[in-house]
Amino acid sequence: MKSSVIVFPGSNCDRDIAVALEKMQFKNQMVWHKETVLPKSDLIVIPGGFSYGDYLRSGAIAGKSLIIDEVIKAANSGCLILGICNGFQILTETGLLKGTLLRNKNLKFINKDVYLKVMNNKTKFTSKYKINQILKINIAHNEGNYFTDQRHLAELKDNNLIAFKYCNQKGDINEKSNPNGAIENIAGIFNSKKNILGMMPHPERMIDKLISNTDGVNLFSSLQN
Amino acid sequence: MEITDKILEKHGLKKEEYKDIQKLLKREPNLLELGIFSAMWNEHCSYKSSRLHLKKLPTTGKQVIQGPGENAGVIDIGDNDAIVFKIESHNHPSYIEPYQGAATGVGGILRDVFTMGARPIALLNSIHFGSPSHPKTKSLLNGVVSGIGGYGNCIGIPTVAGETKFNDTYNENILVNAMAVGHASKDKIFYSKAKGVNKSVVYVGSKTGRDGIHGASMASAEFDENSEEKKPTVQVGDPFTEKLLLEACLELMKENSIISIQDMGAAGLTSSSIEMASKGKLGIELDLNKVPCRENNMSPYEMMLSESQERMLIILDEKKEKKAKKIFDKWDLDFVVIGKTTDTNRLVLNFDNKIVADIPIRALADEAPQYDRKWNKPKIKKNNLKKYDLKKIKIEDALIKILSSPDHSNKSWITDQYDQVVMCDTIQKSGGDAAVVRIHNKNKAISISVDSSANYCSSDPKSGGKQIVCENWRNLISVGSKPLAITNCLNFGNPEKPDVMGEFVECINGMKEACEFLNFPVVSGNVSFYNETNSKSIFPTPVIGGIGLFDNLNKIINMKTKKVGNLIIIVGKTLGHLGQSSFMREIYSANEGAPPEINLTNEKNNGHSILNLINLNLISSCHDVSSGGILISLAEMSMASMLGLKILKPKKFTDLNEYFFAEDQGRYLIEIEVDNLKKVESILKKSNIFYEVVAEVQNDIFELSKTFSIKTQELYKNNNQWFKKFNAIN
Repeated sequence: MKSSVIVFPGSNCDRDIAVALEKMQFKNQMVWHKETVLPKSDLIVIPGGFSYGDYLRSGAIAGKSLIIDEVIKAANSGCLILGICNGFQILTETGLLKGTLLRNKNLKFINKDVYLKVMNNKTKFTSKYKINQILKINIAHNEGNYFTDQRHLAELKDNNLIAFKYCNQKGDINEKSNPNGAIENIAGIFNSKKNILGMMPHPERMIDKLISNTDGVNLFSSLQN
Repeated sequence: MEITDKILEKHGLKKEEYKDIQKLLKREPNLLELGIFSAMWNEHCSYKSSRLHLKKLPTTGKQVIQGPGENAGVIDIGDNDAIVFKIESHNHPSYIEPYQGAATGVGGILRDVFTMGARPIALLNSIHFGSPSHPKTKSLLNGVVSGIGGYGNCIGIPTVAGETKFNDTYNENILVNAMAVGHASKDKIFYSKAKGVNKSVVYVGSKTGRDGIHGASMASAEFDENSEEKKPTVQVGDPFTEKLLLEACLELMKENSIISIQDMGAAGLTSSSIEMASKGKLGIELDLNKVPCRENNMSPYEMMLSESQERMLIILDEKKEKKAKKIFDKWDLDFVVIGKTTDTNRLVLNFDNKIVADIPIRALADEAPQYDRKWNKPKIKKNNLKKYDLKKIKIEDALIKILSSPDHSNKSWITDQYDQVVMCDTIQKSGGDAAVVRIHNKNKAISISVDSSANYCSSDPKSGGKQIVCENWRNLISVGSKPLAITNCLNFGNPEKPDVMGEFVECINGMKEACEFLNFPVVSGNVSFYNETNSKSIFPTPVIGGIGLFDNLNKIINMKTKKVGNLIIIVGKTLGHLGQSSFMREIYSANEGAPPEINLTNEKNNGHSILNLINLNLISSCHDVSSGGILISLAEMSMASMLGLKILKPKKFTDLNEYFFAEDQGRYLIEIEVDNLKKVESILKKSNIFYEVVAEVQNDIFELSKTFSIKTQELYKNNNQWFKKFNAIN
């Protein structure tokens, strides 16, 4: 499978995701933000980081960059798109995913391993997970507090478009197990066609036993399926 | 313009120093030239009070590629891999403007590391605040922590470890020391020494603004109640631009086009250009009209003394200019040839077609003042703790009190605000004895620890200086690595006071002894004097950042107890020394007595034996015994795994508090399998090392036979509440 990682000035998880993709047998290419043509890819990843410094609103400038038009075109023609952390923020800025990421409820940057529950495993991104499986995945963000309006929230629920929710070790989804104040503990969502996944947690950080656990591996092997 | 006393004072220059300037120039300097002298001759850049004593520290060894004097130190870790590292202070700016002060501290130290051709792989910090009850402490803590996180998180380099301490002594003068560690190829290290005449001097990075003008002079003066007015001297950080600068520099470094490179840190364009020329025994000529400026109508004075961040000066091979410019264009960074090297040995500045400054380089660098300041031998406090009736204190009460104190509380409230794992090579993060970071794509790793013990240094600077080197060494051993070298950040008061100077000299003497004995050289560092407010000096606070090496990833260990039934052994002798201990501080608020003594022979012997046991796979977990003594270290091991411990009473001690809270040095706690006890005993006996079994791993309960019994969960709760309560939003 061919993958492309979009690199914005200020992206800083681009190497990490490239290492993960290569380890998981993707043929990966890095694509600089000033490019106007995307190489043929089955998967496009928008990595974490602080694109353009995120001095405006997270992802706002990246959402208007040259390459992003190509990403939107690819998305509309069904290419798989994965946005992680800043990538998720950028996807909401482009309108490919609805809703927005507000500042964390405690107004601080949060980096820690948190628990997630797999809410839908019938997608190209999550098929190798079990439904309701509990994963432990690292988060690292200042603006991860997902928010959307009631109508879209209902749409997410009715169409099974919530990918992951924050929970505790036992799988309880409540205020205490919500690290950033996200509405209904939402950690990741799909678009209506389920070819786009945006998520705040970093699966690429969870593929190497020496460094962490390997709970991120199945996301990449699902994509390889 | 006439140079008046007032102008001199504003520039932090003494009258005698001004006379020297006149002699060196053979004329009166103009204001720009005076500004340049002031920037180069202040304590921060010239090390005029410390140089003489710093020379005593050992700086060489088989492992050393580059010692002090460059942007950072470089050590060899085999296979053409090198580690580049340094620690630096940003104390004064952080007190005035905590967020930007701390952030630019991180940015500055990162530039020191990547200037040398290294990709930064880890950040650390040592931060000291005043008493928690001081009205500024909460906002300073919050500002500094967000600043450190704000910079490191954005640029994408993990902050892997650090230390945070509180003490009245820092009420009006906090300490923010930042350390950066990078990885480079041994054959691709870049230096600041200029070579060749008529080579292009290239300015790259951010534009120059009016921020930070005279920052280095500000850092070389004491504080008073008007310090707040110094806010405009604090620089503003832009981690995004630094990320671009980092990538652009590393990309350029892949080609062989850089002759020398120097970051614009303290004293900006002035010190960077002079340093390059001075090291290369060359002159340098700059056209200031070409300097990229952020604001209109900037004067030569402002350009030369601005400390705007994220800028570098590069001396480039002339044929490579075009290619180099292309790289910086790609990253949207300025790239402007602003001058050339000359054979005149002079700094010549042109502006609007006029020569506005012309100074011999030697006068600025080599001829900078050097002082052999008067110093008094510190009076050592005697151990006089007899008046305290230790028997009145219940051991479990003391345990809980120390575990829930600010200094010993779990620091996750802080460390959760730092991205500790970006780059995906952090094997062990904050909370252990040392952080462990893998060398990307290789089967090896380094350990890193940063340590200080101001209480010890304040009561006996020499012994304290020795102790802190040893503690750092011990921390690196405790994770299973071989200690290689250190960097130091020496935070002291006003060196013009003989008592403060005495503390400095003796701390250095202590460090020298320990570093020499342990073959643990100092390869880089920084001195921060004038840490005083209204003439009250801080405790002498040397901070040590050390690096150790694992050539095998299977030998990394941590302090988490592993298996019920395993035994915990204390290695090294406990004498019951409570002077300057956490116990005395937290229980009696007493800052009394001498610090524990250091026996370097035992230190080395114990450390090498621990490494030997780790190499033989005989140790399941290990933790050094430091502040708080055996009981606190046992509690930390227990909380790391959430298993319990059944602790045994010592055979030869009548006072349990003395045994369990003493801070005697050179000790480690190791966890071993019962079946290995004989083997371990015979190895320790052979090396003449004192040891005894002190506990057994069990489930859930942390107890001392017939004395107390507490759930590990309860210890954890007590250990994890202080920061949350202190910083709770009301």
